[in-house]
Amino acid sequence: MSLFKKFTFHGGVHPDDGKELSAENPIETMPPPAVVYIPLVQHIGAPAKEVVVIGDTVRKGQKIGEISSFISANIHSSINGKIKAIIQRLSPIGIKVKTIVIESDQSEEIQETLQIKREELPDSKVLLHQIQECGLAGMGGASFPTHIKLCPPQDKTIECLIINAAECEPFLTCDYRLMLEKTEELIMGIDIFRKILNVKGVYIGIEKNKPLAIAAMKKALQNSDIKVIDLEVKYPQGAEKQLIYAITRREVPRNGLPMDVGTVVQNVGTAYAAYEAIYKKKSLYERVVTVSGPGIQQPKNILVRIGTPIQAVIDFCGGLIGKTQKILNGGPMMGLTLFDLSAPIIKGTSGIVVLTEKETSIYTEQPCISCAHCVDACPMHLVPTTIAKNARKEFWEEAEKYGAMDCMECGSCAYVCPAKVNLIHSIQLAKAEITMRRRAAQKQGALNGK
Amino acid sequence: MENKLILSASPQWRERDSISRIMYTVSLSLVPAWLISIYFFGFPAVYLTILGVISAVGTEYAIEKICKLPKTIHDGSAAVTGVLLAFNLPPAVPFWIPIIGSMVAIGIGKMVFGGLGNNPINPALIGRAFLMASWPVYMTSAWIAPRGGSLSSLTSNLEALTNATPLNLYKSSLNIIHTINDPVQIKTAQDAINSLSNNWLNLFLGRIGGSLGETSALAILIGALYLIYKNYVDWRIPFSYILTVGLLGWALGGFNGLFSGSFLFHVFAGGLFLGAFYMATDMVTSPLTRKGKVIFGIGCGIITFIIRMIGGYPEGVCYSILLMNLGVPLIDRFILPRKFGEVIHAK
Repeated sequence: MSLFKKFTFHGGVHPDDGKELSAENPIETMPPPAVVYIPLVQHIGAPAKEVVVIGDTVRKGQKIGEISSFISANIHSSINGKIKAIIQRLSPIGIKVKTIVIESDQSEEIQETLQIKREELPDSKVLLHQIQECGLAGMGGASFPTHIKLCPPQDKTIECLIINAAECEPFLTCDYRLMLEKTEELIMGIDIFRKILNVKGVYIGIEKNKPLAIAAMKKALQNSDIKVIDLEVKYPQGAEKQLIYAITRREVPRNGLPMDVGTVVQNVGTAYAAYEAIYKKKSLYERVVTVSGPGIQQPKNILVRIGTPIQAVIDFCGGLIGKTQKILNGGPMMGLTLFDLSAPIIKGTSGIVVLTEKETSIYTEQPCISCAHCVDACPMHLVPTTIAKNARKEFWEEAEKYGAMDCMECGSCAYVCPAKVNLIHSIQLAKAEITMRRRAAQKQGALNGK
Repeated sequence: MENKLILSASPQWRERDSISRIMYTVSLSLVPAWLISIYFFGFPAVYLTILGVISAVGTEYAIEKICKLPKTIHDGSAAVTGVLLAFNLPPAVPFWIPIIGSMVAIGIGKMVFGGLGNNPINPALIGRAFLMASWPVYMTSAWIAPRGGSLSSLTSNLEALTNATPLNLYKSSLNIIHTINDPVQIKTAQDAINSLSNNWLNLFLGRIGGSLGETSALAILIGALYLIYKNYVDWRIPFSYILTVGLLGWALGGFNGLFSGSFLFHVFAGGLFLGAFYMATDMVTSPLTRKGKVIFGIGCGIITFIIRMIGGYPEGVCYSILLMNLGVPLIDRFILPRKFGEVIHAK
């Protein structure tokens, strides 16, 4: 490694990060709400299967949904109360899913305490089981069940563990606050992952625009061989494949996984959740959420129970100011616009961002002038405009040939587009269509095989 | 809730950039070249350019009015086409030449294909090619000597040899050397080429005869560097284009065997700088990928040089770019960046 090597990737953009709104605000605990709505699917994979019935009394942290297939995650109650209903209800990703409604009984909650000491860390099998029991799923957004990531198939050798603390999405500061406030706990969480994976190299990737977090982590890791990597500031530095490339110079193969290049990536938030799961036997029923944006009265980083309606979270932060136009689940680059604030906070919700009239110009699309700015910005080295043009003509095979399925929808292309073409929208359409066709072809193949 | 929430696909943030900002920045960057052409060629540089712009914008507006299309003249692209067309005209052409040229450029070069973004070839160059075919006399001989200089950049009595621009003189001199068997004439022609090659500074500054906006490589360079800095021009196209012409000129452009040509003469003469920085880099009609851009530039360079040396015209920038424009869909289809994580197997 040369002295002047920069930890970065090709492509990407530099949006205003807006993090100053909430970066200095310590994590505040939001009181548990009277009613929580807990979706049975908050992760990638199969929905959990409910293990309670209406009328049951549950306690905070009690399992209410159980793993139903290989890729799935447990779901826990986030308050003490009674199961009021099990219904189809809107989740913050915009679809209706089976949701357990729990009404609080206002009884006193037990506070989790340290159960074991650092030296008493059990062996990796026990650790893995505990992580699975506690329902951990990636907290950076994609919410892949953590225990699956931590037990790669026998034929893959894992050489390094990368902790994703890039937090490149504008406005979000929840990982930053965790690093400042829970430094020691984070490192204990990272050690858990390390023990399970039995890896030598451990890297924590932090973007250079968070010098305090870098300093705090470096100081805490003085006597450790865990390396803190100062990443160049560029969006999407926190994208898994770009992060792996920036640190190891290895490219995850197309359609491949990080384990194919001997790495496992975990989010900082997940490391903290692992610490709590192992040392406090605490299941994942609350998380730190950044509530920010120019349209919120008091931008905050808050510890929120899973299942709390977004409206309650916004009210806790003083409500809306200005002419609100968009409320996002996530940041402005990859976040989804919300249309119903009764949707709950889930494990993957890292931020709620409110944009006002000032920040949301409504653009009319102009014709693409082939300026190729999207080509230069694409971190996956695709030609976004060509994929989008093919998608609009419903040339799905062509779109696939140009790499539609490689797109991770980071939004860099549409961000730089001077014609304001909704590139991501078109590419998402192509991806959905291609996936549907693949499934149909598989079904057909299965039928023919009989 | 009194105000409704807006739903939209991600990203919710967009860079503050727009097509009109690009187009007006391009127009702005052409101001140095315009000022220098006004200095050298006087009043024609003013009115020809203005007429070109008015005609281009007016044509676009009229077509959109007649066909009941949304008005797009505010995006500034028609104005840029008008300026570039005028910059490609000899200074002494009649006033109606830029008017007709712009009408053809916008009408046939752009609007028939569906307007901005859909034209396969550079509209301004379509206009110029049309004028060249229709009024060749105006387009090849309506030159004016620049203020404080001469048409061919030479001051000696060689000027009397041909009343021509440097490229014209160069070509006819080469012709004499290769075809006429008179030692005196050959000597004169060789002298002409040698002094042209040594006179590159006048070419660089633009103190020569030529089209309105093309003569001063310096002024064009100032504007173009600004555009490269703003990321509105990818340096790969002009760089590969100019380098190709220069290297070919040096290797094959002399009269004294291989590597006897003048790199600087071939680079600074004619409309190469204007073409390479402003015409070949037209976003709509140039390739999307970086590799594609280099191929495009090299292709333009080779064709330009071939036309300069053995074609029917002294200058080949216009036709070389038009020809390469036609190859752009092919380049964009096959020259793609290596996708992230894609393994290219050696064959």
